Amino acid sequence: MPRRTDVIYRYDGSFEGLLCCVYRSYYERELPAGIESAGAEQMQLYAAIDVETDIAHSARVARAIREKISPQAYGLVRRAYFTCLEEREMHILRFLRLGFAKGGAVMQMTADARVNIIYRAVRNLALEKDHMSGFLRFSDYGGILFAQIEPKNDLLPLMAAHLRSRFGGEKYVVYDRAHGRALVHGDGTDALIELDGFEPPPADGAERHIRGLWRRFYDTVAVEGRENPRCRMSHMPKRFWKNMTEFQNEKDSPERTALASDTVLQLLQLGEPKL
Amino acid sequence: MDLMEKLTVLTDAAKYDVACTSSGVDRGGGGGLGSASRMGICHSFAADGRCISLLKVLQSNACAFDCAYCVNRRSSDVRRASFTPRELADLTIEFYRRNYIEGLFLSSAVVRDADYTCEQMLETLHILRTEYGFRGYIHAKAIPGADRRLLARIGLLADRMSVNIELPSQESLRLLAPDKSRESILTPMGFVKDKIQESCTDVVRYRGAPAFAPAGQSTQMIIGATGESDLQILKLTAALYKKYNLKRVFFSAYIPMVSGSNLPAPGTPPPLLREHRLYQADWLLRFYRFEASELLDERQPFFDPLLDPKCSWALRHLESFPVEVNRADYETLLRVPGIGVRGARRIVAARKSCRLDLDSLKKLGVTVKRARYFILCSGKYYGGNLVHDAILEGLLSGNALKKYREERSGQMTIDDIMREEKQACLVGQM
Repeated sequence: MPRRTDVIYRYDGSFEGLLCCVYRSYYERELPAGIESAGAEQMQLYAAIDVETDIAHSARVARAIREKISPQAYGLVRRAYFTCLEEREMHILRFLRLGFAKGGAVMQMTADARVNIIYRAVRNLALEKDHMSGFLRFSDYGGILFAQIEPKNDLLPLMAAHLRSRFGGEKYVVYDRAHGRALVHGDGTDALIELDGFEPPPADGAERHIRGLWRRFYDTVAVEGRENPRCRMSHMPKRFWKNMTEFQNEKDSPERTALASDTVLQLLQLGEPKL
Repeated sequence: MDLMEKLTVLTDAAKYDVACTSSGVDRGGGGGLGSASRMGICHSFAADGRCISLLKVLQSNACAFDCAYCVNRRSSDVRRASFTPRELADLTIEFYRRNYIEGLFLSSAVVRDADYTCEQMLETLHILRTEYGFRGYIHAKAIPGADRRLLARIGLLADRMSVNIELPSQESLRLLAPDKSRESILTPMGFVKDKIQESCTDVVRYRGAPAFAPAGQSTQMIIGATGESDLQILKLTAALYKKYNLKRVFFSAYIPMVSGSNLPAPGTPPPLLREHRLYQADWLLRFYRFEASELLDERQPFFDPLLDPKCSWALRHLESFPVEVNRADYETLLRVPGIGVRGARRIVAARKSCRLDLDSLKKLGVTVKRARYFILCSGKYYGGNLVHDAILEGLLSGNALKKYREERSGQMTIDDIMREEKQACLVGQM
């Protein structure tokens, strides 16, 4: 049994960094009181130890998960890392410790609290990703598409493939306001950039015309006599609405269009590979 | 007429078509615009709670037919409009680029004749697929009576095709849709089915063979405009699945918009609860391995308004319960109220590593509130008394229970209950 300690691990926030925390937990035979990423708010109660990210260590842990537990377990943990589960790092550590003890069977132990909480978090992530694939709304700024999202989970890295396959021929920027990042797709390449406090510029006349058409379609397609607000809300939770075209009213917004597409173009250039 | 007006008229005319699903085909991007995902994607939900996945419009609503139940019938006093193929293709692309939609649902009133209508639709699809390289989802209606060669070409461009069966019996068709006949509907349905099968074997035989409606065929019928029983409708549904390999049968509660001597009066509330029960039963046919004859019979040709069809069935077969969740096979678990397809799968997987109790069932996503009357966990029963009336009271929600008790004490008839339930359903209380 690992020794319970009252230190917390502080890592660089990357998945590899998290695996290095797992490495240290095994190497030192200890269970930390918490794991936090360097940027996050700090728990004052405990002393923090900085865990260096060492690719050799993280690769060893990754291989061990695949071989001693299962490749599926690795996939599960990888996705759990992107969830908004509170103290997700500690839950992942507990899951992996159980997994190294039980082997591949851990994946079927869905009634065990340590396993169940991971599955639930990953299901929640998958659900939000499905929601977002539908509810995300692009606007056209001079030929470049721009969307703003505010998901609970860290969805951008997981959505990149779907967006690329669907809109691969387009240039687009998806700004995750909640996590302060943007996915930038230029000429066939994807990049994740840090971006904070960005305000989407107003749209031009042509874009607003299309938005108007969409709102008209949305309002018309509902069958009167069958209104069902609760059903709509349960399928499409309200937190998504504010970034969706069909719920935006922009009669009075000013037109400053030439500037607007420049702003978005600049974002796109941020994602281009540096020479 | 400008585009905004056309869109309004032609959406309004198409909205009573139920199917909006974009499921059944997986297609990665191919450089051009668009992809399709097997599960389908809902892009929005309208105020009536229905999923919006496709741009659902008519090519035109200037109909040559005069079907009594239809708002677009020749003698109806509605505004008429038509999209040009180019307009509609461009609109689809603009909506698709902004991720508003998963693709296009294209139907049409019969303009001039069936062939001309098909040609217009074909032209729209052709611009989308060939000129714009569009790889998103397309659902196209087969227009009854059109030339087979036209239908065949539409099938090669669309992912799904559908022919509306419209009404559940030949008698009702004769009464309400004099321009349509059972044959004129079933012939294209059979044709589409044959083409799909043919193309499946072709695709296996040689690579690159074009796929015909790879996401299959669906249909819909109107419920409550005519007098068929739930049993008749469900039998027809089961037969359609078997004979025509349909992917989905949709039901549409009739909303009286027009008056006619053969129709319910305008203002009659649409039978939404009945539609809901039929969908629940449809689910049981497709995913829970039930037969139509198990759910209804001649003595009981309508569904219980108070209980869903699965609970109803279980209550009539208490001799098969309770079942031990740690041992019962998958098929048996599927028939337990409160256990769904996912729940049953998870139970089968989870019980390999530990014994399941009530608490772990909750974690696996089983609705224990319902299931507990029908299961044992390691030999223990949590449902109180395994008696019909006790379980029934436990299964009913607060409101329904009150009504059930009132009915038993003779204050209300079953008709009163149905009416109230319908109203409750209408204002979204259920």
